[in-house]
Amino acid sequence: MSVTVFTPEFKRRADQICANYPVKRAAALPVMRLIQEEYGAISGKAELEIADYFQIPPADVRELMTFYTLFYSKPKGQCHIQICRTLSCALLGAGELIRYMEEKLGIKAGETTKDGQFSLDKAECLGACEIAPMAQINKEYVGPLTKEKLGKILKQYYLGVRD
Amino acid sequence: MEKLISRFFKIPNASSVSVYLEEGGYESARRALKEMKPEQIEAEVKNSNLRGLGGAGFSCGMKWSFVPRNTGKPIYLVVNADEGEPGTFKDKYILTYVPHLLIEGMILTAYAVGIHKAFIYIRGEYEIPYLKLKEAVDEAYGKGFLGENIFGTSFHLDIVIHRGAGAYICGEETGLLESLEGKKGFPRLKPPFPAVVGLFGCPTVINNVETLSYIPFIIKRGSEWFAKLGTEKNGGTRLFSVSGHVEKPGVYELPMGITLREIIYEYAGGIIENRKLKAVVPGGLSAAILTADELDVKMDFDSLKAVGSMGGSGGIIVMDETTSMVEALRVTMQFFAHESCGQCSPCREGTGWIYRILNRIVDGKGRPNDIDNLLDIGKYLGGTTICALADGAQMAFLSYLKKFRSEFETVIPKQNKTYANA
Repeated sequence: MSVTVFTPEFKRRADQICANYPVKRAAALPVMRLIQEEYGAISGKAELEIADYFQIPPADVRELMTFYTLFYSKPKGQCHIQICRTLSCALLGAGELIRYMEEKLGIKAGETTKDGQFSLDKAECLGACEIAPMAQINKEYVGPLTKEKLGKILKQYYLGVRD
Repeated sequence: MEKLISRFFKIPNASSVSVYLEEGGYESARRALKEMKPEQIEAEVKNSNLRGLGGAGFSCGMKWSFVPRNTGKPIYLVVNADEGEPGTFKDKYILTYVPHLLIEGMILTAYAVGIHKAFIYIRGEYEIPYLKLKEAVDEAYGKGFLGENIFGTSFHLDIVIHRGAGAYICGEETGLLESLEGKKGFPRLKPPFPAVVGLFGCPTVINNVETLSYIPFIIKRGSEWFAKLGTEKNGGTRLFSVSGHVEKPGVYELPMGITLREIIYEYAGGIIENRKLKAVVPGGLSAAILTADELDVKMDFDSLKAVGSMGGSGGIIVMDETTSMVEALRVTMQFFAHESCGQCSPCREGTGWIYRILNRIVDGKGRPNDIDNLLDIGKYLGGTTICALADGAQMAFLSYLKKFRSEFETVIPKQNKTYANA
C-alpha cells in the first residue's frame, strides 16, 4: 500500500520549513524528519516524492537515507532501544547490556521483534557519558543502566504502562 | 573557584527567560548593541584569548577576523551544537539549562560581525536540549531580543534551529555546512575556509555552543579579566566532561590551567572502588591517551599539544587498572570505522582495516605481524585526507600502540594458530 506523503496539508508544512532557508534543498533533513515522525519511516515511494518536492535526483535522497543513521526505511518497534556502545559506556558494561537485551528479546542488535514491539540497536556515542552505560529508549535518555533496570523498563513498555 | 557558565546549571529554571533576566541575563547584549561599536566587541573577544571549544582550539577572535565584510553577500552565523566527540556532553548542559546564554552570545557575535541570520545545528538525538532551546528562541523573539529592532535598536537577527540526523562527521565544520545545505555531510577541501566561502557560498562564522556562551561574560567583565582566568594563550575556563571509571562523572567548569590530576582526583572524586588509574583520554576520543605518569599536564590546548595529545573537546575518559587496552582500542577504532564518511580512501579503508585486525586480535586470532601491519596502516591515516577525522583516529590509535604495546603483544599468539594445528 502506498500513501501520498505530500498531501496539500503536508506540503504546506514542508513549505513553511523551506521558508527558513535561502535555498530550498537545505530543508531536506527537517522535512524528512517530519515525514518519519508522521509515518514512522521513509518508504521508497516517499523517497521519490521527496525527490520530486525538492527537484533533486532520487539517488540524492537515497544518499541521505543511507548516510544518516536516524532515517529508517522500515518502522522501528514501538519501543526502540538504542544502547550506546562507545568507550565510556563500553568501559562500564555496555557490551553486557547488549548481550542481555539480545537474549531477553530473542533478536540480534539491528533487528525488531516479530510482534513489532521492540527494536534493538547499538548506537555510537549519544553524548551522555556521565550516565554511562546508557541507552536511548524512543526519545528518552536513560542511565546509568543495569540489567535489572533495563528489565524493569522492558516490562513497563510491555505492559503498556508507558506510551 | 568562580563558575561562569555552570553557575546557571544549579539555578532552578535558568532555562527560562525570566530567571535568566533576573540573573543579569541579556545585559551584555543590551549594553553592547546600544553603546559599543561592532569592532570593539571583536577586539574584546580577540584580546580575551577565547579559544574554539568544540575541538580545534582556534582563536575565536582570529576566526572572526577572517570574514570579509563587504562582499555584498550575506554573512551567516552557524552554531555547532552537533556535539558528537565521544566523551563530550557539555554543550547538552548549556542547551538544556541555560540556552539563553548561547542566544545572548549569538546576538553579540552577530552584531560584531554584521550577521542577520543564524543557524543552530543541533545533533538529531538531542530531544530535551532541542525542546529547551526552541522554547528559549521563541521566548527571545517574544521579548524582542531576536527579530527586528533588537533592544529597540535598528539591529536585527533571525535564528533557525536545524536538527541533524545522526552522523559524527557533521560535527566537522564543513561537513556540517554540507549537511545544513541538505546534502550528505562530506567535509569540504580547505581552503577556501568557511569564513570566506561557507554556508550557501557566503562568508560564515562557525562556532561551538560553549565558545559563544562565554562571550556575554567577556563583554560584561572585560577581556583582560577573562584572559587572566586561563593560561598564557588560552583564556578563561572551560567545561570539562568527565566520564569512565570515576566516582563522580559530570561536567566541571575549571580554569584552562588546571591539571588533569586535579580534575580527576579533586573534582571527579577519583577512581571507582579506589582502583589505580591506567590511562586517560584527555580531550575527546580523537586525542592521544595519557598514562598515569602524565597526569600533571595542564589542560589548556598548548600544554596538551606539548605532550603529544590535544585539548580537543574537553572530553575526559578515565580508564582504571582493570581496563584491557586492546578492547578499549577496538571500541575506539570501531567508532572511527563506523563514522568515517567514506570520502577519502586512507580513512575509509584504513579505519576499517584497523578495526578488523583488532577484532581478530581480541578474538585470540591475532597474527605475529599484526602489530607491524597496524603501525603501517596507521602511518598513512593522518595528513592524507580532507578532514581531521583520520588525523584524530591516527592520534588516538598510535598512542595506544606506543604506550601499551606489550599488552597487544601478550594477546597475539606467537605462532599462527591455523598453521600450528595443521
